[in-house]
Amino acid sequence: MLKYTMKRMVLMIPVILGITFLVFLVLSIAPGDPALLVLGGQATAAEIEQKRQELGLDQPVVVQYVKYMLGVLRGDFGTSWFQGFDVMEEFSHRIPYTLSLGFLAMMAAIIIGIPTGVIAAVRHNGMTDYVVTFLSLLLSSAPAFWLGMMYQLFFALRLGVLPASGADSWKHFVLPALSLAGGNLASNSRVTRTWLLDVIRSDYVRTARAKGNKESTVILKHALRNSLLPVITQIGVSFSIVMGGSVVTETVYSFPGIGSYLINAVKTKDIPIVMACIIIIAVVVGIINLVVDLTYALVDPRVQLGDS
Amino acid sequence: MEKLLEINNLNVVYYTDESVVHALNDFSLEVMKGETLGLVGETGAGKTTMALSTLRLLPEQVGKITGGTICYRGMDILNAGKKQLRDLRGAEISMIFQDPMTSLNPVMTVGDQIKEVLDLHFPDMQPREKNQKVDDILKLVGIAPERKDQFPHQFSGGMKQRVVIAMALIAEPKLLLADEPTTALDVTIQAQILALMKELKEKFDSAMVLITHDLGIVAEFCDRIAVIYAGTVIESGTVEQVFSQTKNHPYTAGLFRCIPDLTTTAKRLTPIPGYMADPSNLPEGCKFAERCKNCQERCRKEEPPMNEAEPGHFIKCFMPEKGGMTNE
Amino acid sequence: MTKKKNRNQTSPGAKKSKWALVWIRFRKNKLAMVGLTVLVILLLAALLAPLYIDYSQATKQSIREAFEPPSSRHLFGTDQYGRDLFARIIYGGRISLFAGLVTMGIAFLCGITLGGSAGFFGGRTDTIIMRFCDVLMSVPGILLSMSIVAALGQGLIKMLIALSVSQIPRQARTARASVMTLRNQEFIEAARCCGTSNRRILFKHIIPNVLGPLIVGVMMGLGGTILQIASLGFLGIGIAPPTPEWGTIISENQNNLMYYPHLGIIPGVFIMIAVLSLNFVGDGLRDALDPKMKN
Repeated sequence: MLKYTMKRMVLMIPVILGITFLVFLVLSIAPGDPALLVLGGQATAAEIEQKRQELGLDQPVVVQYVKYMLGVLRGDFGTSWFQGFDVMEEFSHRIPYTLSLGFLAMMAAIIIGIPTGVIAAVRHNGMTDYVVTFLSLLLSSAPAFWLGMMYQLFFALRLGVLPASGADSWKHFVLPALSLAGGNLASNSRVTRTWLLDVIRSDYVRTARAKGNKESTVILKHALRNSLLPVITQIGVSFSIVMGGSVVTETVYSFPGIGSYLINAVKTKDIPIVMACIIIIAVVVGIINLVVDLTYALVDPRVQLGDS
Repeated sequence: MEKLLEINNLNVVYYTDESVVHALNDFSLEVMKGETLGLVGETGAGKTTMALSTLRLLPEQVGKITGGTICYRGMDILNAGKKQLRDLRGAEISMIFQDPMTSLNPVMTVGDQIKEVLDLHFPDMQPREKNQKVDDILKLVGIAPERKDQFPHQFSGGMKQRVVIAMALIAEPKLLLADEPTTALDVTIQAQILALMKELKEKFDSAMVLITHDLGIVAEFCDRIAVIYAGTVIESGTVEQVFSQTKNHPYTAGLFRCIPDLTTTAKRLTPIPGYMADPSNLPEGCKFAERCKNCQERCRKEEPPMNEAEPGHFIKCFMPEKGGMTNE
Repeated sequence: MTKKKNRNQTSPGAKKSKWALVWIRFRKNKLAMVGLTVLVILLLAALLAPLYIDYSQATKQSIREAFEPPSSRHLFGTDQYGRDLFARIIYGGRISLFAGLVTMGIAFLCGITLGGSAGFFGGRTDTIIMRFCDVLMSVPGILLSMSIVAALGQGLIKMLIALSVSQIPRQARTARASVMTLRNQEFIEAARCCGTSNRRILFKHIIPNVLGPLIVGVMMGLGGTILQIASLGFLGIGIAPPTPEWGTIISENQNNLMYYPHLGIIPGVFIMIAVLSLNFVGDGLRDALDPKMKN
């Protein structure tokens, strides 16, 4: 188990190097001189040249990249080109917001998604099933930012029960977490329903009934655990989606995480900030995927870690 | 002899997207205490349906019992409450399913799966005693008790079926419904498993309905035989009566002609012509009429009654004598 | 269960082609048919837009006509610049549907090429292609698209590239998985034993059989892409205003939500209907292609 975990951690390194190099490369070869962008139109050629040296832009891309990554290894994510502050420092304030928002959204998606899926499967072809299925389809088809706006409109502007933006108290987390959960909640519910329906028809569930088990025991003890495996996979996938969605949701709610910050960096081409976001999110997503695989092995005795 | 199970005129239908399938049609059967009854018929004849109906385990929304009665030791199963049914399943009547590969829960240890039956039906039993019983039954079915903490995927097919048998027998049920328990296994394992089942059922004095399509198995392991065709029992009697081949239903006679006989010189096997009647569109009259050599006009219009050809030997044919005679 | 016979094999339609059978099964699925109908209506409405409503209605600003309520002249009313919301949504739909189709087209072709060769040739080719996909999938799709847009700048073509890149790995994986399962099946072995060439096996036996799951993947991906296009538009890094686009329209009206909620609600409902219909069609197609998977 420990050996497998270590191996997976090591395997994450080339993937992260790959994605960062790719992004770095794309950003570097893009048209437009960042030095010119930073200084503005009136800058003289000499000023620009000096800025280029300052930013390290006069060197080949690979050298720039290696220098940057060596800095990252020391915990130095560089300095924002436009705002001039240390990226790591700014991020250390923002990351906890994004991670707690993401965590809350995942929790909401699991705590609401799985039970509704179970209920829909148990009441297969009944009214409850249709309602749950329809709502989850609706939820997964709505754009997250629009859903966020609708929540704002209803809960904040109309009812006034929850704040529309900011992150000052726990109340500020409710709407963003729910809108970020939206699509994933729906997927969890649908995947649970589909697989539970599949498992309910299996022979070993019939065996469990033939032993004299109560229907609730049959579902919760025998069927659910077997149908959880694809749900866990789904949860792993959805974490990546949540991290991506946080960019949009944080913007809707003016939430002070890294997502809303990234979008400005993208608009201004502030490469150090974009790079830092990519690295952090890739690491977080990688770790979550590892956790998912470990959980998988915990739930299903047939899964052998190590050979993949 | 005491009647354990009595099924009378049972009708079961399956609703599919396109049609209504009549799986059992006025199906009647009796099982006596302690006996082994072989239920023989081809795929789709309704053998499994009979077993599932007895435990009320037909797939919900799809399978439905539309008529008849099932009586187990005076208890009306079709009108029993949920609690009554749960107390019956696993404790009084237990079932062994066809495919051991899929009938064990893949994420529970085999020990836990066997012990669950005790947890359900003997809630007052001490944990230590339960563990002891699990060990005992594992030994009886030929599995080392140390393997109880392993998961089903660590067992071979034959071993899994032994686990299933242990699970079915641990509560010492009065009636065992074995639905083709060996079809999914290697031929060499088949005999071992069947011998084990016979030995254990005698040890616990249980009755057994052995569902199979293999007449050889019936001849070797059963006391009585019932032949089922298109959802109805068309012949029943002791193994000696039926296998003597003096009086048979034409279908049973046809089944015998499909078995290679090693004692006589090589003759071609004679298959029964045609296919089994489409259960979603059953003909009037005798269901076998279409394939019967001796079919007469009357057979296509009226359904023949169960005629007693000799004491205890019933044949559902207008000409039970002639049916046997076709064995030229 | 002894009861369930495989009716499909003996049905009278057995002689019909595979796709005719798929269509027969698809037609029985009410939700899928509703989805398909809505989708066709949306596509026609978008395609034929110039015939019934002028593009200038969607872009021409006129402060005097701002915030008009829905009426026969302005079906959904007007926005803060006096532009007709209905016209903006219809012309926005043209962009979203077109961009979505092109993106998935590119992703489909690249995906089947990359994933197909990875699955078919295996070995080193497989490792290289799949590691490349791992790299691209290590960050959420929308982040990848955003980074590419950051590098290339705003614009329709650039956005199409950015979106395609984030869709390719998923399509490639689907293609690879289907090819891998097929490659080891008996009929491929049989073809190989008959001395059929690799090329012929690929085009004659494998591609027709993996097309089904891939098309379902494309339908599902199309819904996701439309949502992504809207997200990029909402964030202000998609298609540049004043060109109408669904996400942009919503973000423009975000500040007027309190007093003119319909300006924000209606475009969102359109996105939802489009994506929902695509999901219905995708689900229906999957069930029709593989009746065994049906739940």
